[in-house]
Amino acid sequence: MALDELYQEILLDHYKHPRNKGRVENADLSVELKNPFCGDEILLTVRFEQDKISDMAFEGQGCVISQASASLMTEKIKGLGIDDAKQVIERFQRMLKREEDEHSDAVCSAACRHHASDEELDELNALQGVCEYPSRVKCAMLAWRSLMQALEQRKQTP
Amino acid sequence: MALEVDKIRRDFPLFQQADKEGWVYLDSAATSQKPRSVLAAMNQFYEQENANAHRSSYALAERATLRYEAARERVRRFINAAATEEIIFTRNTTESINLAAFGWAGKFLRPGDEILISEMEHHSNLVPWQRVCQSTGAQLKFVEFDEQGRLVMKQFHQLLGPRTRLVAVAHMSNSLGTIHPMEAMIAAAHRAGSLVLIDAAQSAPHARLDVQALDADFIAFSAHKMLGPLGIGVLYGRRSLLEEMDPLLFGGNMIGRVEHLKTTWNDLPWKLEAGTQNLAGAVGLAAALDYLDELGMEAIEAHDRMLGQMAIQQLCAIPGIRVYGPPDAHGPVVSFNLENIHPHDLATFLDQERVAVRSGHHCCQLVMKRLRVAATARASFYLYNDEEDVRRLAAALYQAKDYFKKWL
Repeated sequence: MALDELYQEILLDHYKHPRNKGRVENADLSVELKNPFCGDEILLTVRFEQDKISDMAFEGQGCVISQASASLMTEKIKGLGIDDAKQVIERFQRMLKREEDEHSDAVCSAACRHHASDEELDELNALQGVCEYPSRVKCAMLAWRSLMQALEQRKQTP
Repeated sequence: MALEVDKIRRDFPLFQQADKEGWVYLDSAATSQKPRSVLAAMNQFYEQENANAHRSSYALAERATLRYEAARERVRRFINAAATEEIIFTRNTTESINLAAFGWAGKFLRPGDEILISEMEHHSNLVPWQRVCQSTGAQLKFVEFDEQGRLVMKQFHQLLGPRTRLVAVAHMSNSLGTIHPMEAMIAAAHRAGSLVLIDAAQSAPHARLDVQALDADFIAFSAHKMLGPLGIGVLYGRRSLLEEMDPLLFGGNMIGRVEHLKTTWNDLPWKLEAGTQNLAGAVGLAAALDYLDELGMEAIEAHDRMLGQMAIQQLCAIPGIRVYGPPDAHGPVVSFNLENIHPHDLATFLDQERVAVRSGHHCCQLVMKRLRVAATARASFYLYNDEEDVRRLAAALYQAKDYFKKWL
């Protein structure tokens, strides 16, 4: 795969000009995660209004994939209801999840193999190519894991 | 005599395919490739000599036992230990350090005692000591390193005192490639009445290790970084220390006399080797040491240092590349960054150019913190690398610079 398919323009744009970078004021929750594999870090702050994610922001440092993924995630998730957010998370995970083919060999997700975009994911489709680099999937998932933790914490202490 | 790399590479099955595909392997500091003779020795053991050692008296078991103990003698000869009883087989360097940490330091250290390590240590020569200090009440002290990546020796001498019971340092840093002045550090530690443990995981593959000349008390290293198989390592210890320390694992073959409520230990070295051991691994390690001695550790050291120096020179010449670690006193492990490109992105680019380097914190988060970087890229060289490999790395980095221009 050509490197440009991994490092798409849109990812570079989000890396250079991250959206929602910083901290949400009066955040209800904050989650800090570190990827021990490469040292990438993220601090996600979230504010809820009833069942809606009314505001979220991230701070962190790391590679293009981890930072662009965090930026794209905040853009997509901000303003969504919790249930809708969970759906996006699921779709995003499915896009990056490697699967087994008929010979039990691990292969990329169907989306990645067939370059099939998931319309619901909009610009997040730009991260599809990460699936071909299993060690980098962790980079792409870092922000998302922190979001999942935030939603889990919210469930326990609404 | 200079190494004949083309000839050497033919001894490594992995390079037959890799060479066809044009791969350059620059991650031997993580694990080395294995020559055919090592794989053959292990295969032969499994196909013709496999039985459990030290347990049965039939011919096959006797042969397996002999092979295992011959491997121990081979290690003794390689590192010039005084006795085979001082060679303990473990799984890897990490287990070797843990064995010394919990078997010796955990048993003998008291509140107020001090363990002195450096900020440059691999997590495996840091975390065990944290745990020992937590359980014994001893204190962990750190020698820092300067901007060039050298240990601050003045501070080392200041920290070394009557309370220091153990100095534990790597001979060569796995993250910066720095080679520390081991002889001077060991002499100073001994004058202060402290023991010394050397993490030789990175140094043992590249230079002659003579434990008697070094006068170290414990030395830990792994087979897999020096052409041997995965899953076997060595703890060398002075006999008197191994005698007085406790085992880390308890069970089969490490026992003397077993009663309902108490047990005595077996003699050295078996006291510290509980359970069925990795016999084929030991046989493979012995074959690896044969291979290294055949080439000559002096020739290997000169070759590897030359490649490290060449890499430092070529990388330093590329604008935007920052090389870490001292320009001299540097082994064949070279850490670097390109501007503010994350080393993960850089390594992915180099991978496309078929140059395999490591990227990350190299199990040295304290080092990254002091360098104020999240991570570095790291190229490491061994006896099967040559000048062309260094040139390939440099050329790929020039291309990377061009590719990443639009990111900056």
